[in-house]
Amino acid sequence: MPRKAKDLDWREFFIEQLIRLMGVSAVALVLLIFLFLVREGVPALFEVPLSNLLGQRWYPTFDIYGLLPLILGSLLVTIGAIALSLPLGLATAVFIREIAPDWVREVLKPSIEIIAGIPSVVIGFIGIQLVSPLVRQFSGAPTGLTALTGVLLLAYMALPTIISIAEDALDAVPESYRHAAYALSATQWQTIWRVVLPAARPGIITAVMLGVGRAIGETMTVMMVAGNAARMPLGWDAFLRPVRTMTATIAAEMGEVARGSTHYHVLFVVGLALFLLTFVINLAAALSIFRERRGGGGRFLA
Amino acid sequence: MIPRQSRHCLLIPLLLFLVAGCAPAGPPETVTSITITNVGSDTMVNLALAWAEAYHDLYPHVSISVTGGGSGTGIAAMINGSTDIANASREMQQEEFDQALRRGIEPMPHVVALDAIAVVVNPHNPLDGLTITEISDVFTGGIVNWSELGGEDRPIVLASRESNSGTYMYFLEKVVRQDDPQSFALFSPEALLLPSSEIIGLEVATNPNAIGYDGLGYVTPEQKTLKVAVGGAGPYVSPTIETVRDGTYPIARPLYMYTSGEPTGEIEEYLDWIMSEDGQRIVAELGFVPLSGF
Repeated sequence: MPRKAKDLDWREFFIEQLIRLMGVSAVALVLLIFLFLVREGVPALFEVPLSNLLGQRWYPTFDIYGLLPLILGSLLVTIGAIALSLPLGLATAVFIREIAPDWVREVLKPSIEIIAGIPSVVIGFIGIQLVSPLVRQFSGAPTGLTALTGVLLLAYMALPTIISIAEDALDAVPESYRHAAYALSATQWQTIWRVVLPAARPGIITAVMLGVGRAIGETMTVMMVAGNAARMPLGWDAFLRPVRTMTATIAAEMGEVARGSTHYHVLFVVGLALFLLTFVINLAAALSIFRERRGGGGRFLA
Repeated sequence: MIPRQSRHCLLIPLLLFLVAGCAPAGPPETVTSITITNVGSDTMVNLALAWAEAYHDLYPHVSISVTGGGSGTGIAAMINGSTDIANASREMQQEEFDQALRRGIEPMPHVVALDAIAVVVNPHNPLDGLTITEISDVFTGGIVNWSELGGEDRPIVLASRESNSGTYMYFLEKVVRQDDPQSFALFSPEALLLPSSEIIGLEVATNPNAIGYDGLGYVTPEQKTLKVAVGGAGPYVSPTIETVRDGTYPIARPLYMYTSGEPTGEIEEYLDWIMSEDGQRIVAELGFVPLSGF
């Protein structure tokens, strides 16, 4: 008997440690990725003057490494995509969870999740064949390979993420909240807008963050449809002009560089910038959720 | 105009493996099967694939794996020692050559075919020909409307390859900088940098504002090839096998395969075959220009 108990102890210990290891390794891996990016990127800071890195022109074959157009390009398409997909995605989630009859929900949910499974190169292909000519014809832009084309496709790709997570968040709001609202003679709309959505806010913010992650990290689609011109996307017509993102730059150029060259290190600086950007965005979201939780759950009813 | 073969989507660097091991075990082979890796120029990838397939049919024990990615990619692979043959549509730069030497690799160029860069526009564009200077002004952003060249009142959209493309470098040096080593002219930042020849072709074929450039073998009937003149007085010349060979078409170049040092064994035999009549016939079939003498 004692031997068996000891066996069990040992197994318990082993499993506990294994789970702990997995938890720690998730964090450790992010840290290692960061360190790797720093290690490969830092030499660039010594080889290229900062004024060059902060410049407005990107001609890596001629040692002109201005990162601004790339950073702004990524921000432009990401912000555009989220501005488009957030209201759409949230409305869809509300419809699916709060309004649609059961059988509609049963059909809609899985079909939306299928969208998430379409490979990005396929979406890029559709973009280049269908969306980009339409953008050119309807906007009057000189070419259809524009930031707007990228925005439209990225919004489509971020939608399933936003919808699924937001729908889960709405689902997690206790039924008693809705009953309480109805008991106070709130209409369905008032219940959704004033009670359910505020209560689901942390989950919705998570949904937006994951959507942002999807949009800013997407590479193939943007590379195919956004034109990749490294111009400063600042004018009022920036959405109707081509744009070059950080991800497309890394994907297009990483294959060409000799290991250890200046261009190679600069591409890692681009990766580092991308990493830090997503990290800051996620941190901001986490902080806002954290503050919300500490503020107590009753605030939204006030 | 030029015989061409249907080309399929090369949107992602194309990878083809010819696996010799798949052949059924017949009588015991005396030769061991070997694999030659061949990486580089996207312009040359279809040509390299056609060579690899034909050669494998002739000598089943030799497999040749062909990957695209751009001349820069091929040369980088050569420097990193990860390929036997690097395809390049431009010569290696001195910097690249030095990097290779530092790693104990002495790249050796072999001219395997000739290619012309065609300047293409949409078929609806009324223009027929341009001078090199005009093309240079267009691609540096000096001329931004077709009406400045006698065309319709439309904005000009530039469709270029990515900077890892040998075609990009060649066009930059030969056309944008007009062969002037002192020139520091660059492509306009507005130029679309497109990841493949197919996407350039698509943009030019569908967008009446567009002008692009690409290897002669990639020009489809949905694009209009412009005649090119060196000076304003002409003559304006279309790119054809004859005009490339006699040098009257100004934007033509050799295509290279680089090996590490003098090629030996199977690699040497492969290169010899490429430069034979059989190999050069494939060059013509794919719309490139065979070496003179074939």
